Amino acid sequence: MTGTLLLGLILVVIAISYRMGVSRAVGAASGGRLHSRPVYHGALVALWAAVPLAAISLVWGMGAERAAQWFVTPMIADQLASATEVPVALQRVMALASGTGVVGEVADWERAIAQDLSSFRFATQAVAVIAGLLAACAGLFYALRRVNRTMRARNSVENAIRTALILCSVVAILTTLGIVVSLVVETLRFFSFISPVDFLFGTVWNPGYSTTGAGNGSYGILPLLAGTLMITLIAMAVAIPVGLMSAIWLTQYAPARLRGIVKPLIEVLAGIPTIVYGFFALVTLGPALSDLGAFIGLTINATSALTAGVIMGVMIIPFISSLSDDIIRQVPTAMRDGSLGLGATKSETIRKVVVPAALPGIVGAILLAVSRAIGETMIVVLAAGNAPVLRLDPFQATSTFTVTIVQALTGDSDFASPQSLVAFALGMTLFLITLVLNLGALFIVRKYREQYE
Amino acid sequence: MTTSTRDKVKESLRRRNRAETRFRAIGAVSVTIALTFIAILFGTILSRGVPSLWQYSLDLEVHFDAEVIRVPEAPQRAEGQSDADFEAQTMGWQRRFSMVNWNALIGAAVNEAVGREVESRSAVSIVDSAARFVLRDAVLDDLSLIGQTRRMTLLASADADNWAQGRLSRDLPDERQQLSAEARATIDALVEAGIMQRRFAWHMFMNVDSRSSPASAGLAGAFVGSLYMMLVVIILAVPIGVASAIYLEEFAPRNRFTDLIEVNINNLAAVPSIVFGLLGAAVFINILHLPLSAPFVGGLVLTLMTLPTIIIATRSALRAVPPSLRQAALGIGASRTQMVFHHVLPVTFPGILTASILGVAQALGETAPLLLIGMNAFVANIPATPMDQGSALPVQIFLWQGNENRNFFEPRTFAAIIALLGLMLMLNALAIWLRNRLERKR
Repeated sequence: MTGTLLLGLILVVIAISYRMGVSRAVGAASGGRLHSRPVYHGALVALWAAVPLAAISLVWGMGAERAAQWFVTPMIADQLASATEVPVALQRVMALASGTGVVGEVADWERAIAQDLSSFRFATQAVAVIAGLLAACAGLFYALRRVNRTMRARNSVENAIRTALILCSVVAILTTLGIVVSLVVETLRFFSFISPVDFLFGTVWNPGYSTTGAGNGSYGILPLLAGTLMITLIAMAVAIPVGLMSAIWLTQYAPARLRGIVKPLIEVLAGIPTIVYGFFALVTLGPALSDLGAFIGLTINATSALTAGVIMGVMIIPFISSLSDDIIRQVPTAMRDGSLGLGATKSETIRKVVVPAALPGIVGAILLAVSRAIGETMIVVLAAGNAPVLRLDPFQATSTFTVTIVQALTGDSDFASPQSLVAFALGMTLFLITLVLNLGALFIVRKYREQYE
Repeated sequence: MTTSTRDKVKESLRRRNRAETRFRAIGAVSVTIALTFIAILFGTILSRGVPSLWQYSLDLEVHFDAEVIRVPEAPQRAEGQSDADFEAQTMGWQRRFSMVNWNALIGAAVNEAVGREVESRSAVSIVDSAARFVLRDAVLDDLSLIGQTRRMTLLASADADNWAQGRLSRDLPDERQQLSAEARATIDALVEAGIMQRRFAWHMFMNVDSRSSPASAGLAGAFVGSLYMMLVVIILAVPIGVASAIYLEEFAPRNRFTDLIEVNINNLAAVPSIVFGLLGAAVFINILHLPLSAPFVGGLVLTLMTLPTIIIATRSALRAVPPSLRQAALGIGASRTQMVFHHVLPVTFPGILTASILGVAQALGETAPLLLIGMNAFVANIPATPMDQGSALPVQIFLWQGNENRNFFEPRTFAAIIALLGLMLMLNALAIWLRNRLERKR
């Protein structure tokens, strides 16, 4: 309620102060030329008025409810014998204060505290609104007094805009920082239960879910690493040949019109959510592969590393083909013409000149693709069968980092138990592996771009 | 001597041309493999999903027997009664309606329809278990119904639908069938008589998810949850992403710090989405104590995830603006800010729009990070606000694919996939249409 009120108030303050700033500037201009156009003066005045109000509203919005609880909790605790009843009583008092009432008899002390709570809320609300308005007025008058012909309002407004832009680009850095800090902190908490050596070099994955919470499971990630690498390898075995050859065919051989149709069609594959691939693998591809295996005399599990790998390869085809497409087309025509002019056939030119020249870029694209395959979650959750056992048989069910992260955090175990915290240690491993791959790819692609510029 | 050289050349030429043809064929085969896969994928989704958009329902003459429905008068509000107290009393009265043996009415209606006595449990098993709520709500709406007979359209149960749609083999022995022999015979008779018919399952888009009555489970809650998340992404990710792209491309000096931001954003774009889920679980849930399963929190996580995508796409749109435009603006005395906001941005608007829609579409299809912030919880309500418990379309697909009634839920999951892909297709079509329209205007 008050939030909407404050938001409306901010908008009104902006409108009024902007008008006042503009007309003040127009008045000041009567003697000659202004340095800045009146719009800028209006905007600057509006900023001076609205920013303090917005800041106070924000503080109120974040702190008001907490302050109210902090205000009534000791009063409730005084009335009750045991501390365990406090949360329930707090709920009742809050319901009473908000006017909906509660079921059953209302004790006198409850009514009294609810009354106090209402007054407290009203008081903080009034203080917030009044303080905000005062601050807005102060800003408004300060800014209005400064309006004159030589005032460089435009420069100030532009500086404000630039500051806002910088703040926005800091969000991306904060995100990375948040990821790193939260992963490191929780991983250290995990390592207080399990030693890093057991974690990194253990060959048995058995978290030992137990109701007593005594975390005595084994957390060796080698089975997960093996599963992840196997699936990634299968995916690459599908995606690299098909993706690369598609890109070559589309850039070098396909007629322009066909290319215009086929290229977007292949890119459709990149837009399909991975859960769709996972479900398709689970109900269609897996059973089909299993039947095929039975036909040629192999035992293939319907959910296996093979199923997950093949479907992941398909998902990655457009990724490799469109990246390689761009890279191949960056190879200078002069090189191609030179080779053709010496009498090489088209395929020889491609194999011996174009691809070697584009190789660093293609390798970069492949590294990015590998990083995607390692971090892919939903496909493996549905199609890999989840069996964290160390074995190198692609026809059997397996498990990966990502599957285990999902399992650890979607179960019922306590957040502070090693069974849950292990998700962060796995996430850290995953983050580091993909970081190395991404940075490697970026480095290679950048180097390559310089080569022909 | 000469002939042998010529032969050698001819032979080598033949070999090289064969290699050329082979290479070309491999390329064509690769493209064909990719296209075939697309065809199989969409073929499977459509051929399995579309039929399940139609479900069987029954037109029954239900007699609202006053002997079966015995409920007292509605409570009146007493003087000075608190809102909560009155609500509790009304709820108690309504609960009396839920206790009525509606199944008896349904059983009687089925008997009436087939014209013979059907064993009551078999009769009830044909009709969706949510049907009793349909009857209850009809009576609560209009108390004068009691004692009358009314034609009601009730959904068939999931098992009955499976049987009537032919998803189950008719040769299976009795002990492996979900329905009794009598129920199956009754279904066949009802279908024969035209009382049980296939109708388009509108309820799949209007109802919320349900565990107890799978036949009436729907996607409404997931739609609304996804909508809230899209809104959060549009309100937060798009402005922040576009603003940081503008800063990095147009204002930032080239130094160590901006280089770091650049590498950081490129890396962030390739960080696995599940890591963002871990960030959400650790920071939003565990430190800030935001509610579990809330679409707002999901939206925040997706915002962080799509931010790099939007930044990178917007930057390349900005880079495509010819430098002459910038130089012309600066040359006639515009400040840098004026140059960017008055000249560069209007030109790149279509590109920025496409970038934003791409980001939103990516967020719409993402599942993994949402699982880590508790959005895989079963939610039987449409979330009223973004802070309430909610679900999302891809998460609903994940939940449905795990349902035990595979025969019924496998096709239904395909139907949900059709809904999701349809939404994404609409978003992309919107992007293309807007871009063409805006570009033609110029």
